[in-house]
Amino acid sequence: MSEAALRLDAFARERRDTGGKLLVPFLTAGYPDREGFSLLLEAVAASGCKVLEIGMPFSDPVADGPVIQAASQQALDRGVTMRRVLAMAAEARERHGLQVILMGYLNPVLKFGPEKFAAACTEAGVSGLIVPDLPHEESAPLRALMAERGVALIELLAPTTGTGRMASLGRSARGFLYLVSTTGVTGAGGPGDLTDTVARVRAACDQPVCVGFGISDPGTAARVCRLADGAVIGSALLRRVAEAADPTAAAAAVKEFLTEVRAAIAAQGESS
Amino acid sequence: MSIIARTGPGRFGVYGGQFVPETLMPGLSELERVYDEARSDPEFQVEFHALLKDYSGRPTPLYRARNIEREYGGQAVIYLKREDLNHTGAHKINNCLGQVLLARRMGKMRLVAETGAGQHGVATATVAAWAGLECTVYMGEVDMERQAPNVARMEMMGAKVVPVLSGARTLKDATSEAIRDWVTNVDTTHYIIGSVVGPHPYPTIVRDFQAVIGTEAREQILAAAGRLPDQVVACVGGGSNAIGIFSGFLADDGVELFGVEAGGSNQGHAAALCLGEPGVLHGSYSYLMQDDDGQVLPAHSIAAGLDYPGVGPEHSHLKDTGRVRYDTVTDAEALAACADLARREGIIPALESSHALAFARKLASGAPAGRIILVNLSGRGDKDMSSLEGAAHE
Ligand SMILES: Cc1ncc(COP(=O)(O)O)c(C=O)c1O
Repeated sequence: MSEAALRLDAFARERRDTGGKLLVPFLTAGYPDREGFSLLLEAVAASGCKVLEIGMPFSDPVADGPVIQAASQQALDRGVTMRRVLAMAAEARERHGLQVILMGYLNPVLKFGPEKFAAACTEAGVSGLIVPDLPHEESAPLRALMAERGVALIELLAPTTGTGRMASLGRSARGFLYLVSTTGVTGAGGPGDLTDTVARVRAACDQPVCVGFGISDPGTAARVCRLADGAVIGSALLRRVAEAADPTAAAAAVKEFLTEVRAAIAAQGESS
Repeated sequence: MSIIARTGPGRFGVYGGQFVPETLMPGLSELERVYDEARSDPEFQVEFHALLKDYSGRPTPLYRARNIEREYGGQAVIYLKREDLNHTGAHKINNCLGQVLLARRMGKMRLVAETGAGQHGVATATVAAWAGLECTVYMGEVDMERQAPNVARMEMMGAKVVPVLSGARTLKDATSEAIRDWVTNVDTTHYIIGSVVGPHPYPTIVRDFQAVIGTEAREQILAAAGRLPDQVVACVGGGSNAIGIFSGFLADDGVELFGVEAGGSNQGHAAALCLGEPGVLHGSYSYLMQDDDGQVLPAHSIAAGLDYPGVGPEHSHLKDTGRVRYDTVTDAEALAACADLARREGIIPALESSHALAFARKLASGAPAGRIILVNLSGRGDKDMSSLEGAAHE
């Protein structure tokens, strides 16, 4: 395994082993616009987050709710292409030292050319990749290709995933496991009690576990981090961007929100 | 190197597969298991075929359209497989009757569906009413307008029709929304997909339930003409009526098969097979209309049921192997074929089916005497009256 994947694997494990929690914000590439996105990167770094998920916009995001759908469409309307996404990932890595996980649907990767894509990811310093419409049954070839280039293909687990299946996912997963909090799309109603689900994942797999989908406020993030090793926040963050008067205000709102979430997660760590 | 593995669940050649969020994978496994049991369960088959007969009115007739033979040049013999005479007015009911029985076996209390022309939505609403299940149908806002009578029919039967406002507000967007609903409610809900598209096992299930068209047509034409047809023609949206009729003749090398996609107009087309290239949309790898960055392109067709940028994976395979030839027909040609059938035969075909008729006309012109052309008349045109009147005024 090459450097970047090791980087994410080692980083996530070290965090877990020292009891530290991972807060992973999600931004859609080129949203609200190119300059606005750069401001958001600064805000993410300034809030103290170390890992960032960047959404590669797609015309038909079936796993996404209205907020990310709208962000994705707006980015496409403004001409965001795969090349530009990769440039934005490089900016996050080089300028802000963030570990970047790209999240996007399979078709644009196929069209770009998977080998070319894997090489471009390495070049941009990307650590991980999430493809929500590429389940375990179909993911082996891409996982191998990305691993050769040192990029971790992160597997998703859902509440509907059976325990036996979790174990086989765990055997091949890289980086960390992404546990989808509810049956639903991104931004849907918050997670219910995850105690049993997380316990099942822990029993079946030994990777760190981050929970995403529908984590909308600091309290929920803290509650999730009591059980899991980290939380991913997407729609709630993009909603703040959408509601802000301008990109500068959006960046300020993102920084403030992430700072609050980090504080809530840290406070729960101390109290437990 | 391709990262689409040749072996994997539900392949037709390299096409097909299961490209869906993890949340749905257990639901797809359950469906596959229940369908495998049902397929080999004689009781299931008896119940399904009884419904096709007593509820939908099968077998649908095979009709020799002599007036249209004259209209098309007088040499070719033209048979229409009258799927328009099914209950609810299209072939879509065949699939829905099979799938509602599967839903019942799985204990699901709610059905969701996408619809373009509204024919699949109506068929789903129909079987939901019959089985006493809750039903939600997603339909693009543009389609709700141009297929308004079908919206009223669905609502009359107790279905909730949810307008879809994203994208081009047509079938592709309705399908995405139906998938999102299913992801959210997979524990209680069965998704009745309306064509031979989507993740495995759907393309196989829908094909098997539509195969009754081909089975009947083969027997009927042997009885009526004493031999197999020379050519079989069907329109292709997702491709279910086409696969249904083709499946009766795929093994007969002498029978030429033609799939007709929507060539549209200067506003665009919906010809995934003829003008697209392979990609992944809505759960399967298949020909797809896409731009240089892998974004899915909006489709255009006057026929709402063909207005879709993808196509079923088995068709992609049949294209690559050359067993089926795919071609296009424009909006204008389809409208003309629709008007011809109405005037000459007293049958108003759906605008989707009119694409098959328009292509049959091309095959018939210059055909040697006695060539037999079998056309799948997939549905009736009542739903299209506002589009037809609109076109007449242009
Ligand atoms: C009458 C009719 N024919 C054909 C189609 C196209 O679907 P398919 O290609 O799956 O047969 C539709 C879809 O709505 C339809 O209503």
